[in-house]
Amino acid sequence: MEEILSLFYENREFIFLIVVSIFLGIEVISNVPAVLHTPLMSGANAIHGVVIIGSIIIMLQADPGNYYALILGFLAVILGTLNVVGGFVVTNRMLEMFKKKSK
Amino acid sequence: MDTKLLGLSLLELSYIAASVTFILGLKMLSSPDKARKGNLIAGYGMGLAIAATILFKEEFSPDKWLNYTLIFAGLLIGTVIGVRMALKVKMTAMPQMVSFFNGMGGACAGVISLVEFDHLRHGGEVSMGMLIVILLGLIIGSVSFSGSMIAFGKLEGKIADKALPAGQIINILLLIAIFGLGGFLAISGNLSMPLLFGLLALSLIYGVLFVMPIGGADMPVVISLLNSFTGMAAAFGGFLYGNQAMLTGGILVGSAGTILTVLMCTAMNRSLTNVIIGSFGGGSSASAKTGEQGTIKEISVTDAAILLAYANKVSVVPGYGLAVAQAQHTVHNLEKLLEEKGVELTYAIHPVAGRMPGHMNVLLAEADVPYPKLLEMEDANEDMASTDVVLVIGANDVVNPAAENDPSSPIYGMPVVKVWNAKNIIVLKRSMGKGYAGIENELFFHPKNRMLFGDAKDSLEKLISELKNL
Repeated sequence: MEEILSLFYENREFIFLIVVSIFLGIEVISNVPAVLHTPLMSGANAIHGVVIIGSIIIMLQADPGNYYALILGFLAVILGTLNVVGGFVVTNRMLEMFKKKSK
Repeated sequence: MDTKLLGLSLLELSYIAASVTFILGLKMLSSPDKARKGNLIAGYGMGLAIAATILFKEEFSPDKWLNYTLIFAGLLIGTVIGVRMALKVKMTAMPQMVSFFNGMGGACAGVISLVEFDHLRHGGEVSMGMLIVILLGLIIGSVSFSGSMIAFGKLEGKIADKALPAGQIINILLLIAIFGLGGFLAISGNLSMPLLFGLLALSLIYGVLFVMPIGGADMPVVISLLNSFTGMAAAFGGFLYGNQAMLTGGILVGSAGTILTVLMCTAMNRSLTNVIIGSFGGGSSASAKTGEQGTIKEISVTDAAILLAYANKVSVVPGYGLAVAQAQHTVHNLEKLLEEKGVELTYAIHPVAGRMPGHMNVLLAEADVPYPKLLEMEDANEDMASTDVVLVIGANDVVNPAAENDPSSPIYGMPVVKVWNAKNIIVLKRSMGKGYAGIENELFFHPKNRMLFGDAKDSLEKLISELKNL
């Protein structure tokens, strides 16, 4: 119990941020019309590509002799980049077609 | 001035900026005019956060040349492949593309956990909180990866829907094993790599078995759910590194994705548990009343063309068949031709028609169909009684009357386009096969309905040339 409490207390700022972000996410999404659901899903998909930062941090902090971390970190950078770049480009392609229409 | 402090401050500032761009980006996606800008803004924010991390997170030291080389190589390889795939993919294959990129993000989160767990073994303080975060990142990331890959394969048509006998029980046992093993690792502080890889394997298998039996109409829900999973996995990474950009980005997507998933379930009048536990197309769907089906009437292309040409109001209900046949441009041509003849034509868009919510909108937008012609289901249903001809193109489950009048049907209660209220129905269909959800459709036997068999694009082209000859 004490361990859980101290876990909570030590991370209170992050937990605050998490709770606020959850509601922010719900609030931001709730007005999206059905027309834009596919691009929205795709856009959100690109945004969680932010996980790539974790893989970069691994690479920055890895000991140059630690090949386990270097190889897996390298793999993670590629995977994360695919998520980010592919995600944003695909979303942009979808939305490009919408843009013509709105004029 | 202390340059290290300056760098770290710039780093944090860039994370704040990135978080703001993510929120703005998601927000702007809710309006068709701003959506594209929103996506670009979020993209710039992401680029900024990545660049700042490389520049300011750690002080550069020459003996880490290999690390830096690998970072840039990875970014380059990922960018080249990602851009190529994203530019090459056909509009109809978008859902599986999203699923694929989502899987990549999940895998990235999983791999990060694998490295950080090992990192703990080489010294450093081990706290239970940190272990929990790492293990959850691994579990959720791996489930998201393998699940997304199965969803990708299914939408590509490479993997068939398959339910294991006693699949439910196996899945529950797997979940118990995953959380049992994870819980043991977290509480005992045992840093065994074999156990960690065991957890990885269990999670990957669970992802496969989780998506495998889910068929048809539920696939969009699954992709959306996996999308929010990856968001959560990214957030766990943010927690681990005390990184605000990862945390806000991940949580935003996690919560937004969950809401989107729920919205989709509501559109189909099903609960999320029902989607996850019960499979739509599988096993128990043999509920159709097979006895009293009556006969199917066919219509010739000429008759169909005449019916359309002399109608006042025509409504088109597009479905996945339209996407498969790549007939969006052809249907737009038909629309223009009919308009020239003074026929009023609109499209009735069911929210979950196709393989993703909004799939039909994306597809028709590609063919330059103007916005005001796309009616949402409720509006379309109000107009139905005054509609002369409904043209159902490759849609099936979303126009199934069983949703209204057959309580034993698996889609009972799902809102559908009530095409039977119109004066005439023409269903364009490849064959008498069942819809993706594997349910019999009594609409085809409806007295008002006539079938025009054949590939959707083919039939539409024939209709067009027939109309031109009239």
